Amino acid sequence: MKPGVALVALLSWWRRTPLQLAMLLLGLALATALWSGVQAINAEARASYARAAQMLGQGDLTRLVDPTGGRISQQVFAELRAAGWAVSPILEGHLRLGDQRFRLIGVDPPSLPPEAGFGEFPTGGAAMLMAMAPPEVLFGAPDTLGQVPPDLEVPLGLELREAPALAPGVLVADIRIARQLLGAPGEISYFLLAPEQPEGRAPLDEAAPRLREAAPEGGAELARLTDSFHLNLTAFGLLAFAVGLFIVHAAIGLAFEQRRSMFRTLRALGLTAGALIALLMAELLVLALVAGVVGVALGYVIAAALMPDVAATLSGLYGATLPGTLALRPEWWLSGMAIALLGTLAAGARGLWRIYRLPLLAPAQPRAWARASERALMAQGAVALALLALAVMLGVWGGGLVAGFAMLAAFLLAAALALPVVLSGALALAARRVRGVMGEWFLADTRQQLPGLSLALMALMLALAANIGVSTMVSSFRLTFTGWLDQRLAAELYVTARSEAEAEDLRAWLAPRADAVLPVWRFDTDVAGEPTTLYGVADHATYRDHWPLLQTLPEAWDAVAAGEAVMINEQLSRRAGLRPGDAVELPGGWRGQVAGVYSDYGNPTGQVMLGIDDFLALYPEVPRREHAVRVAPERAADLARDLQDTFSLPDQNVTDQAEAKAASLRIFERTFAVTGALNLLTLGVATVALLASLVTLSGMRLPQLAPVWAMGLTRARLAQLELARMLMLAALTAIAALPVGLGLAWVLLAVINVDAFGWRLPMHLFPADWLRLGLMALLAAGLAAAWPVRRLARMAPGDLLRVFASER
Amino acid sequence: MLLEVKDLRKSFATSEGPLSVLRGVSFELDHGESLALTGESGSGKSTLLHLIAGLDAPDSGQIRVAGQDMAGAGDAARARLRREVVGLVFQQFNLIGSLTVAGNLAFQARLAGRHDPALVDDLAARLGLSGLMTRYPEQLSGGQQQRVAIGRALAVRPVLVLADEPTGNLDEATGDAVLDLLLDGVAQAGAGLVLVTHSPRLAARCARRVHLGSGRLAA
Ligand SMILES: Nc1ncnc2c1ncn2[C@@H]1O[C@H](COP(=O)(O)OP(=O)(O)OP(=O)(O)O)[C@@H](O)[C@H]1O
Ligand SMILES: [Mg+2]
Repeated sequence: MKPGVALVALLSWWRRTPLQLAMLLLGLALATALWSGVQAINAEARASYARAAQMLGQGDLTRLVDPTGGRISQQVFAELRAAGWAVSPILEGHLRLGDQRFRLIGVDPPSLPPEAGFGEFPTGGAAMLMAMAPPEVLFGAPDTLGQVPPDLEVPLGLELREAPALAPGVLVADIRIARQLLGAPGEISYFLLAPEQPEGRAPLDEAAPRLREAAPEGGAELARLTDSFHLNLTAFGLLAFAVGLFIVHAAIGLAFEQRRSMFRTLRALGLTAGALIALLMAELLVLALVAGVVGVALGYVIAAALMPDVAATLSGLYGATLPGTLALRPEWWLSGMAIALLGTLAAGARGLWRIYRLPLLAPAQPRAWARASERALMAQGAVALALLALAVMLGVWGGGLVAGFAMLAAFLLAAALALPVVLSGALALAARRVRGVMGEWFLADTRQQLPGLSLALMALMLALAANIGVSTMVSSFRLTFTGWLDQRLAAELYVTARSEAEAEDLRAWLAPRADAVLPVWRFDTDVAGEPTTLYGVADHATYRDHWPLLQTLPEAWDAVAAGEAVMINEQLSRRAGLRPGDAVELPGGWRGQVAGVYSDYGNPTGQVMLGIDDFLALYPEVPRREHAVRVAPERAADLARDLQDTFSLPDQNVTDQAEAKAASLRIFERTFAVTGALNLLTLGVATVALLASLVTLSGMRLPQLAPVWAMGLTRARLAQLELARMLMLAALTAIAALPVGLGLAWVLLAVINVDAFGWRLPMHLFPADWLRLGLMALLAAGLAAAWPVRRLARMAPGDLLRVFASER
Repeated sequence: MLLEVKDLRKSFATSEGPLSVLRGVSFELDHGESLALTGESGSGKSTLLHLIAGLDAPDSGQIRVAGQDMAGAGDAARARLRREVVGLVFQQFNLIGSLTVAGNLAFQARLAGRHDPALVDDLAARLGLSGLMTRYPEQLSGGQQQRVAIGRALAVRPVLVLADEPTGNLDEATGDAVLDLLLDGVAQAGAGLVLVTHSPRLAARCARRVHLGSGRLAA
């Protein structure tokens, strides 16, 4: 038999079942779309971190920095050069243009090493670029320049010029210009060291005793910080893909099952098993390619829709700037196609294997494929138990984010596998109690349907559990976060002066008008090897009464005020293993004790709060421009207005408590907008899975329904029962999903979050959310069942009667 | 009169235009009577039986079963008549796969609200099914399945039994045995029987015989 003839025969079957074909393609396309959408976002972010790292050779050039974090004077530059060092000064700071903040980098073109490139900039380096341009130019990527308000008068009459390879949010200027813009005359942030240093230069100790060499950083740091976020996204993408694969598996399995007799005929006509399998693989490949292309295109749309939220999240949480738009990258659409192909083959593997082993002679009885074998269910239950045990073991002995996600995967898979066992048990239990012929038949028939529906129901349960888990996490987080904000943002006003002199005037002006003016003076450094911000804290009731302490020694604030102890945030406590009572040493030589640990959500780095006197003694150079102002709440607005009028301070330099809270909450909401969207999409995929299974099954169900109809039930009644069956299964699935979802939430809050962000959140329960989700599950099942049920209700008697005719 | 069929017409829409299958079929059947319906393949025997059973509606004509109008009734009324007055046996796929033999035997009777466990036990014994009550249909042979179908049809105490080639899938010996059981059961219940068959030998065992050809009946 010619393979071509056989292939035509195989494919002709799909022509007769276009709906089933559509479902298979849709399932695969959706799965690919979610996966590749997430990949697109991740790829875009990674590319952007890499670009940021390339900026000025941050990726590979060593720097000279002042270890106390202070600025370096122009004088040091001259001394270094005289000592024979090949260095180039860089000034970095934040520049506000209109209502946008930009990172401004000032460079010195004559000394800039050629390796300090602007990424792919064609002229081969920043030095060339800057040397060719007149000094009165600000360079930025087109996206970045687009954020500058068009009607804005650019300071110093600078010309804006596009340099596409620059990282988003970054502006580059000549260092002299940058000093003027940042109000930092003669200051240098750090030096870049040219890779080739002249022979015989003086050692650093002599040339610039206050400076230290610092390893290249920047992009890597950002990548590490944001890893957890991307891992989260990837996990979600995988979950969605797994849910999608359930559909594909179900659709392929049923398509093979339905064509058994055709396969048998083909084999009987002389097609070898190997050739048949090859043909079926070719068929699957074609399907996967079609669905893959659609899926990748759809994934691009999803990613483009989510990108702005992701960008906002990353900049809010980690200070990483991403473009809000998406580039078409070969790595992700190739990976999308690959995963579609692999997924299809994986989903079809079992079916192919069965066909390979297909006996040539049909058994005398039509195979009752739908009957659940007790033994298969038992085996499945055993596997589920084993996976659960694995999850527990990973939870107890595993460590780190990857182990956390592995634990999640094992737990979810265990739950999915256990679902049919649980449902079957529940139905058996119900069957024992129910009286009445319809009830008995209904339950018996539902049980018989389970194996055909179980994959789709598993998909539904996973989607529901993910929803419950993630929404419990987000809601718990929100509740904790708002409560925490109330404590942390206790001051009525936050005021930032534009200069040290103005700050001094502000303090003097505020002293008689406010109840307290508390310093918010910080110094960035490393403590116990962790990037940390040190704060000087005044001895005030604001802290004593409100600060959100998790653990504390007695009289902790007294110890802090006396300069004997510090408060640290939870992140630093977990990462550096510091507990109250432990000894701690700060840069500059301060030694003391940890007096307490406070919660500090949404902050990627460590924090230390030190008594203000010690703080100023240790770091006399720190900027002293920010203050928290305590005043009677009803007077806050007036005071803010007076303050702004008197000092003509710009709006953003005076923030009231409500604004500060709103800003924090906004970041928070956007962070979880992405997860929410993915959640909903996953539920959509699960609905399609149900629909696909029902459509496919509805054709195979007729032999079971026709006798009941013949014996005196109307088609309408049968259709009602079919709908009720789906709703019942969905309701049972939703009930089963609840504990799974709560388990998921617990893992997310107690394991994943701690590893990813360094803080642990208490878990709160939101039963109203569960109810809403339960209704959504019913809606999904109802929607999925609507079409097959309608078709049954309107089915021509002839179609039902065909079941009894001999031609079957 | 148990069954009255008058000038029954039925056609199907096909891709080559309407196919007129029944073109004015009329006959009557009395209580306790058995009628064999023969005819070539495709002559419309099954179609006629389905119309009598209320499984489909005719284009025109009358069907009265035990004095009740079957042809003009709506979906729900026909379903009720099917449930309560008719016992049906088809060539195959008679049984409900998710129920045991016991469940199948009692199913229609319970639907009709006249389940009599003693009668079911009696029928099971007579049909030789007593040892199979907890099995599922797929675990039965073809002959066993047809015996369950007959038992189920009789358990509802129907006034009219309609059988469409009930032994068509069985070998001759088994088929004869199954038909014996059917005829016995119908006779004991005092019901009427319409039996569709290809076999003149089986037809000969019925009290009356009619032949369907060109859409009409001939004696
Ligand atoms: N639903 C339908 N749609 C279209 N044509 C139909 C339908 N049902 C039956 N027919 C046609 O009506 C004719 C009679 O069919 P029927 O099944 O009644 O024949 P039969 O006498 O029972 O044949 P057999 O002895 O093979 O069972 C056939 O030509 C058949 O193709
Ligand atoms: Mg027929």
